[in-house]
Amino acid sequence: MRTALVRLPIDVSALLGEVTCPACGASSIFLGTVRELNEGRAVQGIDYTAYDAMAKGQMDHIAREAAERFGTEHIVIEHRLGFLALGEVSVAIAVAHERRAPAMDATRYIIEELKRRVPVWKREHYADGSREWVDPTRTYAELAK
Amino acid sequence: MPSVRVLLFASYADALGASAIDVELTPGARVRDILSSVLARSGAHRLPPSPMVAVNAEYAQMDDLVTERDEVAIIPPVAGG
Repeated sequence: MRTALVRLPIDVSALLGEVTCPACGASSIFLGTVRELNEGRAVQGIDYTAYDAMAKGQMDHIAREAAERFGTEHIVIEHRLGFLALGEVSVAIAVAHERRAPAMDATRYIIEELKRRVPVWKREHYADGSREWVDPTRTYAELAK
Repeated sequence: MPSVRVLLFASYADALGASAIDVELTPGARVRDILSSVLARSGAHRLPPSPMVAVNAEYAQMDDLVTERDEVAIIPPVAGG
């Protein structure tokens, strides 16, 4: 089990190699990537920042919870910080397990909890030159005002 | 008067114009007291009335006690992934 905040591109095949094991019949991976449109605005890239100590602590909590809940220690979570261009990987979660269902369920659990609890923030850079912090608690109706 | 260091991030740091501020600490102060002091600062009208707060890098409750050895942080809505 390992978690990390990283500032260089995430090596996805290295993560897969890290979690796989002889007893594992399934490896599951989730990648979050920077998309070109958010709420209808053209995005050029995203600047990710974090409360590093707390983000690392929360990622550790989540990895431990997933290990206990789904019965595997073969878990790696990496979240990237800094400026990311379109298509770059912002978060990668790799889980290996004897069976495919818990491998996929653990991956899903980790990304949902990460998005709910890990103190990471993103400032989108738009094609028109403006920048804004993303606030997932604001509804589209509020954003459109 | 003792004080406690309060960290600010993202839109909250922009609103208050600082990434950390020192808040005076009265004896027996709790998280809600620290939050009230922060929300009374110039620019804090852009923060919600009850944001998430962390103490020593863990999510805290409003009635948790705070000492000057603690590190408090006001946590904007998280947006990782």
